[in-house]
Amino acid sequence: MRGVAAERLTPSVMPHWQALRRRERWRPAEIAFWLGLAAVFFVFPKHLVFASQVLITGLFAMSLDLILGYAGIVTLGHAAFFGLGAYSAGLLAKYGVHEPLAGLLAAAATAGLGGYLSSFLVLRGGDLARLMITLGIGLLLFELANQATALTGGVDGLQGVEIGPIFGLFHFDFLGKVAYLYVLAVSFTLFVLVRALMMSPYGLSLRGIRDNPRRAVAIGVPIRARLTNIYTFAAMIAGVAGALLAQTTQFVALDVLSFQRSADLLIIVIIGGTATLYGGFIGAALFLIAQDRLANLSPEYWLFWLGILLIITTLFLDAGVMGGLLRIETLVRRRFGIR
Amino acid sequence: MLSLLGVLFDGLAYGALLFLISVGLSVTLGLMGFINLSHGVFAMLGGYLLVTLMQYAGLSFVACLPLAFVASALLSLALERALYRPLYRSSHLKQVLLTVGIIFVAIACATYFWGPGQQRVALPDALRGQISAAGVDLSWYRLFLVAAGAIITLALVFGLERTRFGARVRASVDAHRTAEAMGIHVDRVFQITFAIGSGLAGLGGALGVNVLGLDPYFALKYLAYFLLVVVVGGPGSIMGTLLAALLLGIADTTAKYYVPEVGPFVIYLAMVVLLLAFPHGLLGRGKAL
Repeated sequence: MRGVAAERLTPSVMPHWQALRRRERWRPAEIAFWLGLAAVFFVFPKHLVFASQVLITGLFAMSLDLILGYAGIVTLGHAAFFGLGAYSAGLLAKYGVHEPLAGLLAAAATAGLGGYLSSFLVLRGGDLARLMITLGIGLLLFELANQATALTGGVDGLQGVEIGPIFGLFHFDFLGKVAYLYVLAVSFTLFVLVRALMMSPYGLSLRGIRDNPRRAVAIGVPIRARLTNIYTFAAMIAGVAGALLAQTTQFVALDVLSFQRSADLLIIVIIGGTATLYGGFIGAALFLIAQDRLANLSPEYWLFWLGILLIITTLFLDAGVMGGLLRIETLVRRRFGIR
Repeated sequence: MLSLLGVLFDGLAYGALLFLISVGLSVTLGLMGFINLSHGVFAMLGGYLLVTLMQYAGLSFVACLPLAFVASALLSLALERALYRPLYRSSHLKQVLLTVGIIFVAIACATYFWGPGQQRVALPDALRGQISAAGVDLSWYRLFLVAAGAIITLALVFGLERTRFGARVRASVDAHRTAEAMGIHVDRVFQITFAIGSGLAGLGGALGVNVLGLDPYFALKYLAYFLLVVVVGGPGSIMGTLLAALLLGIADTTAKYYVPEVGPFVIYLAMVVLLLAFPHGLLGRGKAL
């Protein structure tokens, strides 16, 4: 089978180890994607604050994609973890610890704990029960933050968040240069981690659970344990994303916990494409740019187009933008005989 | 300050409204397993239609109610045909996304046509004022709501238990495939039930403008309430839905009167706890959600 004939084999017929190895390799498009993000720093120096927002939302979307796209858990309350992270980082900075990395760790710990504890409630029922429990926990946290004005500032938001220099060296500036590089570095690190995890047998077993739970049980995948720890892990990443937002804006608004944020995030992941790793970032960029252009005209119209977009996407577009891109890539490869 | 009985009565009226709006959702969820988060949109339409007709067409309150029912039912038929039907057999995630999209469009349309503010309805003279019974002041309007809820419950129970169509609905809920094999046109049954349910939601929305409030975010604001009623009651069970709606209405009203600081928590906490305690609903038929 080796030699000339192997050249023409499609991935499905290739030996499994070879197919897996190929899946792991960084593609040129992926490298270009991250180089492009680095290039944004030099090309759009005036839009770095906005670019940071896109990256943070992208990171947050990636965390939802872990549980939605890879593990198949439908949730309407993912903003709960984003908010937990944002408030813990904000409060830590307000009451003395100004080191940003410590804030990230605290946020990951709080959100992770929240995710671990709630995973037992969330994973109990079917889709509808999950939907309602996540919705309920999200609304509960929102009300809690709304009422505990002494701690969170309530509707006015958490003020007086002071962030010190990173490693004691790099001060955050008004143009958001340091902030952008900081967000980019954190996002990239977490992305590499998530990518490795999803390419590993662990990631494959998650897909197995999503696609065929019975068979997954039959081949010995511990479903409960897998879902519990991916839920916790996703909550931690969402918490870090929230902390990044709190630190770069030096403010925590109440809407970090809102239902709208959870729903928007769901839309971002769907537009970008689920279970693709990059879908979250691409969806976040498209969503936020569209919001920036349209919402300033009138918030009501924005909601209208958002709804229409959502309806059309669910009815007619299956795999989001990433799905479309991958399809084009396959066509091009086939056309020019590139493997 | 209202007496305890007065508060309980207010809760009862509130629960009756929740029942009217949610019962359609319960039946359609039990029948098709379709997660329809946009059910509140039909209630919203009923409410806005009532407000508009009374203001601009000068119709009376009572004359508008059937119109609200019919309009919501018609809208639901159109939406069912065009949007919901293609997704019956697809994943729950898609159903959630589609119906959230419908809510967003509805919010935008309501803001465009009626503005962002709260709407109010001038009640007819017959429903204003109060009546004193057993030392408790009961408002005519709330009495009217409770009576309407009771009449519709009776009608629904009669329709479901005593008519041929009701038998078809029950058969379709309990054993979808067998019902189809017996020659019951489940899709048609579903369509009609869906229309009736949405019509009732429209009626509930119209009746409840002054109790529940009405603004463009209505469907989103009460989403948790409707879902809670349905899930706690057990999808597909009318008496379960009624029980859940009354319990919820009374609990929510009582909490808001006596402990206003923690009022909003009660409902969400109840939601999580009840779901964990009764995964199949209070009077559910053991169907997994």
